[in-house]
Amino acid sequence: MEKTLDLRGLSCPIPLIRTRDALAAEACVTVIVDEPAPKENILKFAKAQGYSAECKEESGEYTLVIRK
Amino acid sequence: MYWGLIIGTGVVFGLGAVLLVQMGNPGNYGFCAACHLRDIAGALGIHSVATLQYVRPEILGFVLGSFALAKTSGEFRPRGGSNPLIRFVLGALMVIGALVFLGCPLRGILRLAGGDLNGITGLVGFAAGIVAGIAFLKRGYNLGRARVHAGAGNSAGYLAAAVAFILLVGVGTHAAFLRFSVQGPGSQHAPLIASLVAGLVAGAFAWRTRMCLSGGIRDFILVRDTYLLKIYGVLFLAALAGNLAFGTFKLGFVGQPLAHTMHLWNFLGLFLTGLAAVLAGGCPLRQLIMSGEGNTDAMFCVLGMLAGAGISHGFNAAGSAAGVAVNGQVAVLAGLVVAGAIGWSFREKTTAVTVGG
Repeated sequence: MEKTLDLRGLSCPIPLIRTRDALAAEACVTVIVDEPAPKENILKFAKAQGYSAECKEESGEYTLVIRK
Repeated sequence: MYWGLIIGTGVVFGLGAVLLVQMGNPGNYGFCAACHLRDIAGALGIHSVATLQYVRPEILGFVLGSFALAKTSGEFRPRGGSNPLIRFVLGALMVIGALVFLGCPLRGILRLAGGDLNGITGLVGFAAGIVAGIAFLKRGYNLGRARVHAGAGNSAGYLAAAVAFILLVGVGTHAAFLRFSVQGPGSQHAPLIASLVAGLVAGAFAWRTRMCLSGGIRDFILVRDTYLLKIYGVLFLAALAGNLAFGTFKLGFVGQPLAHTMHLWNFLGLFLTGLAAVLAGGCPLRQLIMSGEGNTDAMFCVLGMLAGAGISHGFNAAGSAAGVAVNGQVAVLAGLVVAGAIGWSFREKTTAVTVGG
């Protein structure tokens, strides 16, 4: 199962919490954020968990694909 | 790079704070987002305590350092619109709590590094407040989405940096629209250029590391991330080493600079600050950094912090070396009720928005 979360504009740490919760149920989660801080927090979390993560930036928005 | 940023940030804040005290700032008062903003509030006439009036260049440096790096890195994207009025209230609560303790959590660490054991009480309260804030987050607390300001609205993102620049010119020229203490803590300060450079460098590091006092404890509890906690560790050790080297380390609860020993109110003061910081999405320092980045919600929070300083001193609710008056105790309890009500009221169903997939 895959899921895409639109987390643009949400204050820290809500993007991180929602990503973490989604990954508890899904094998792959795509996340869209529009600030560097949540992007970095989510990437750090993915790395710490041993998940693979890809990040693409376009016009100030970041699309992160995280796989368990 | 990972450890370089951790050590660099910790040393700039920790040792920088001690050096600022050596150059004239009051004891354990090198950096403090809440107290320094309180002094700025005094300089602007928001409160009228004659001994607490000075536009602290350290704070201006935080904002301008963050602004400069955000602009040059291409990350300056003005945004806002996520319940700014509630953020204003949360900013006021953060400072009301901090001024009962007599310091933001950053000063809590610096006080502890100077041997002031009251810092422990305050920081434990701060951590407890963060735990309470996380409980609201887990129940779906959310102030809503901020949006990138388009068109002319984009110019609002420059306001914090513009105001910081005007205040910098004002303090540098001893302008008539500002008040300057002639005695007391407000009259004690490092040379302007030293304070400004320290603030600029610290602001740049805080911007790069996304340093947030509440965020460090919060992220450790949520996902066991220790990045920011390591910065606080280095900051503490750097300040401790500096205090020992300069002979300004004095261990104990009693007779500490700009501090009192009412443990319950030290605990509850920073408890309120921690709770409000989690609900606002960042501690007082982080709000200043985000203001420089063009975040207009953070600017509302900073305005709230200035108002909170005005409320604290206007109603005799701030702590002092003598302790915390009844007004301060009532203000903290009322603040906890308001923060709790905000945390409870702004819950939403935690189902994430799904776009395709």
